[in-house]
Amino acid sequence: MSAVLELDRAAVAVAGRTIWSGVSLQVQAGEFVAILGPNGVGKSTLLKAVLGLTPLSGGAMTVLGDRPGHVNGRIGYLPQRRAFDPNTRVRGVDIVRLGLDGDRWGVPLPGRLAGSAGRRARERVEEVIALVGAGAYAGRPIGQCSGGEQQRLLIAQALIRGPELLVLDEPLDSLDVTNQASVSALIRDVCRSQNVAVLLVAHDVNPILPYLDQVIYLAHGGAVMGPPEEVITADTLTMLYGTPIDVLRDRAGRLVVVGQPDAHAEHR
Amino acid sequence: MSDPITGLAHMLGQPFIQHALVAGTSIALLSGLVGYFVVLRGQVFAGDALSHVAYAGALAALAAGVDLRFGLFAATIAVGLVLGLLGGRRAADDVVIGTAFAWVLGLGVFFLAIYTTHSATGNSAANVNVLFGSILGISASAASTAAWIAVGLIALLLVLARPLLFASLDPDVARASGVPVRLLGPLFLAIVGATAAEASQAIGALLLFGLLAAPPAAAQRLTDRPWRGFVLSGLLSVLCLWIGVCVAYAAPKLPVSFTIMTTSTVLYAGVVLVTTVRWPAFSRRGGAARP
Ligand SMILES: Nc1ncnc2c1ncn2[C@@H]1O[C@H](COP(=O)(O)OP(=O)(O)O)[C@@H](O)[C@H]1O
Ligand SMILES: [Mg+2]
Repeated sequence: MSAVLELDRAAVAVAGRTIWSGVSLQVQAGEFVAILGPNGVGKSTLLKAVLGLTPLSGGAMTVLGDRPGHVNGRIGYLPQRRAFDPNTRVRGVDIVRLGLDGDRWGVPLPGRLAGSAGRRARERVEEVIALVGAGAYAGRPIGQCSGGEQQRLLIAQALIRGPELLVLDEPLDSLDVTNQASVSALIRDVCRSQNVAVLLVAHDVNPILPYLDQVIYLAHGGAVMGPPEEVITADTLTMLYGTPIDVLRDRAGRLVVVGQPDAHAEHR
Repeated sequence: MSDPITGLAHMLGQPFIQHALVAGTSIALLSGLVGYFVVLRGQVFAGDALSHVAYAGALAALAAGVDLRFGLFAATIAVGLVLGLLGGRRAADDVVIGTAFAWVLGLGVFFLAIYTTHSATGNSAANVNVLFGSILGISASAASTAAWIAVGLIALLLVLARPLLFASLDPDVARASGVPVRLLGPLFLAIVGATAAEASQAIGALLLFGLLAAPPAAAQRLTDRPWRGFVLSGLLSVLCLWIGVCVAYAAPKLPVSFTIMTTSTVLYAGVVLVTTVRWPAFSRRGGAARP
């Protein structure tokens, strides 16, 4: 089995400062992987390096068997963001459509003139919107959709080209608890049903904890990777975050992380 | 008083009106299409700044004794590129842009002083033309030059349009998808600069916002489909120009820049009124849906 992502003693420097180094890890096809770690440790930078937007300063990285940045058409990306400006008067469907052909020069031909290619594009847009369950509000201006609705539409945009790897930067940030659970379940479904590997940066690991195959912890300029049962222990987390953290089991036997920094401050 | 049809036929028979409509239609279409992205990208302030540059550039050319259009285009395109390269997106450097461009306007006054003291005729009509436009006085050759430049700029904008839309709405994802976001920013502001130079020939540096901001803002209130909004914005801008020219022809006392500006202002106010009154449920739902 070939790895979707492979880092070998990789390092990244931003503005002359090394953010992390000596990072070696592997992600296999169809795996659901969380990237955890304190603020400013370089989680977003790791995703940008995968997309070839930030160059490595050392080591090597292979993405889908190629160099980073050469295969972005096969990667779906959801950057870390604030919500769209409430005054953005562009429909959700149009935002999703840009994921399909937004990089092509020119303007799309209107309706009938676009022919069968246009029809196929519209069908594909409808298909992914149905897949994420955004049909009810995809026709509304995106600025007027709620945070959870915007996040689903952006996941649809990331999925539209049928990617082999999804790279999601804090997709659960700024969602309420119900939406965190449903968006997490949606990502898990996509991961399982389409065999898409998922790299997901999270502040609060609890909503995705039951679905994870692997966890990458970034801290102290390096990274630790392993299955959740091994990495998510009170000792490891306390060491990595430098503040006391407990890992408990609830009645259903699921792990719950307590005392994680930022988790509560971030989710008002 | 003759009936409106013969009046219109008579008006269209006038060469100066023909020139005004040829130049005006192409300039208005360009302004409306470019303006759609200016409004979408929140760069109205940068566009306004470029209108000051147009004024200063034109007067610098006059003071130096070269073709006014050369000064217009050289100054606005260069400053547009520089603004784009400095990353002049959104409000971050409002104070810097504001201060720099008040000074640029001052430069314009300085060049005007040089021009008026050194030219024998002491002609301040040029100043007035740059500030407030002179579409009804445009010559046949100037009209066709303006039209061809507008056609070229529209063609360029059409080539860039889709990646530009992507980069405007979602710069990070656009960049990851291979859109040259960092190139498009300066390039677009250079196009806005050239548009400002074009439009200041028609309606004047101070008033070009009548065509660059009001019709696109109206179009964006009327439709939330980007490509419809883009085309509608161009058409509304042309409509404003035509109505303005007709009214100015029918009432020769009214300056044409004034009638164009008034039309676009009335259009925008009307659209705001209609969309607010007719779709109150729509706006309320939007307000409630925000987190
Ligand atoms: N464009 C930039 N210029 C300088 N420093 C940056 C830039 N982007 C990020 N950094 C720095 O890189 C570090 C890692 O940032 P980031 O990857 O965004 O962290 P995280 O996503 O883990 O919160 C931070 O210390 C941040 O200050
Ligand atoms: Mg981050």
